[in-house]
Amino acid sequence: MLDATTPRFDRLPDAPGVGYKPQHFSDLLADPGAVSWLEIHAENYMGDGGRPLAQLRHLAERFPISVHGVGLSIGGEGALDADHLARLKHLIGWLQPASFSEHLAWSTHDSHFLNDLLPLPYTEATLARVCDHIDEVQEAVGRRMLLENPSTYLAFAESDLAEVDFLAEIAHRTGCGLLLDVNNVFVSATNQQTDAPGYIDAFPLHLVGEIHLGGHDEDADETGAPLLIDSHGREVVDPVWALYAHTIRRGGPKPTLIEWDTDVPDWPILRAEADRAAPVLQAALA
Amino acid sequence: MTVAQAEFTQALLDPATPAPAGLTNPDGVQATKRFNVYRNNVAVSLTDALETAFPVIAKLIGAENFKAIAGVYLRQHPPSSPLMMFYGAELPDFLAGFEPLQHLPYLPDVAQLELALRHAYHAADAAPLPPETFQALPPDRLMAARIRFAPTVHLIRSRYPVHGIWAYKMEDGAPKPEPRGENVLVTRPDFDPQLATLAPGGGTFVAALMDGARFGAALDAATEQVPEFDLTATLGVLFAGAAITILDED
Repeated sequence: MLDATTPRFDRLPDAPGVGYKPQHFSDLLADPGAVSWLEIHAENYMGDGGRPLAQLRHLAERFPISVHGVGLSIGGEGALDADHLARLKHLIGWLQPASFSEHLAWSTHDSHFLNDLLPLPYTEATLARVCDHIDEVQEAVGRRMLLENPSTYLAFAESDLAEVDFLAEIAHRTGCGLLLDVNNVFVSATNQQTDAPGYIDAFPLHLVGEIHLGGHDEDADETGAPLLIDSHGREVVDPVWALYAHTIRRGGPKPTLIEWDTDVPDWPILRAEADRAAPVLQAALA
Repeated sequence: MTVAQAEFTQALLDPATPAPAGLTNPDGVQATKRFNVYRNNVAVSLTDALETAFPVIAKLIGAENFKAIAGVYLRQHPPSSPLMMFYGAELPDFLAGFEPLQHLPYLPDVAQLELALRHAYHAADAAPLPPETFQALPPDRLMAARIRFAPTVHLIRSRYPVHGIWAYKMEDGAPKPEPRGENVLVTRPDFDPQLATLAPGGGTFVAALMDGARFGAALDAATEQVPEFDLTATLGVLFAGAAITILDED
């Protein structure tokens, strides 16, 4: 069993988790509800000390932690930021989280960090580049990572691979796992006018180590076509819950995260969102 | 047709540049409004980061003005690292050179103070020197010692009442700032950064110590500038802020 030399939590449980927000620290500890694990954005814990790291150390004694990077720019044309990779290695080294994940996206160009998850064309050239970067990341941090499918708002005319095939091939070549964001699937399928359940059915669910659920905003483009925006600023909508249930029925229970990053609600509302995932997971276990 | 990330980036940051060709909607039509989602995400998220980092600047110039200025700043100074908590390092210099704000000459120093608060918040934890250790040191050895400060400590020396301005905008019931210069020490006794305005001569004293002067030399510099320099009050601020970590007697 666990002892002082063993990381206390070596995997995320097949249960609900939430994206941790510092304002929830006390309420979360007092009344976690179904919340069984926490995810942090790696970049918010790359300071040298103070309250953020003290809170994280405290939480890591009680909950499995997922470190989710938002700034590595794995899809970038240029080399990975060596300083940033070193910071990530340091964080993962001392925290020994249950999971580490990043995005299929780019955010840095020519040393300018753009603070958004920007889209990639799906071609052989970008596939090779992303795989090289993932090899470099996994080598540096000394563990397998999960790669998340993006929300996309537009398509690249040059793309000649389907996103599912692109992700499956990355996992095959690099050995990385996948993080399936079901809201992103719904947002992208609506925006690209493709079939969301079909995406799930084609997805290599056996490689999925974590699921994300979050809220999105609704808009339309200049042609009147629906344009959903991945805002993480509200409840998960019912069609996304239905797509999630479909995913769990097919792939079995998975660690499931509620992301709520803007207009963050009081703890009871976030906890209630996480509680909604519990019966879906329990049904799959039964 | 390939879309280079340089072209994508250029169009993201410059609203006058059209969205790159080769980006489409599901019907193969050029994606203009869809590209604007990314444009908007970049501008809004960076503006939000600046608002979070510089709440007093935002209150001093008004939220709408701040958004407009952030829009100019983020295009001239996009972040150079993914650590958004430190975004805005060039804002003081930017404000100093920003023509429409020249009538508010204290803004750069207030921005410097807000940056110092952020850095103090995230700085490494360090065990403070117990006041007893300090008090037990014979005076001749104290005068020859150098002081090392915690990484949380910052000194802002301003011709303007930056602490007074900060408090006036952030604290209920704070008095209107008096026109005067202030030397403000930022410390972090526990997890929350604290501000203290140093007594006259205190800025010279602490600045000399930070530059590596021996305690006696720093004291001389302060009393030369301000004969009635209050050492006890200044040391009180340093100890209350857990600012001193080591007395270096080498």
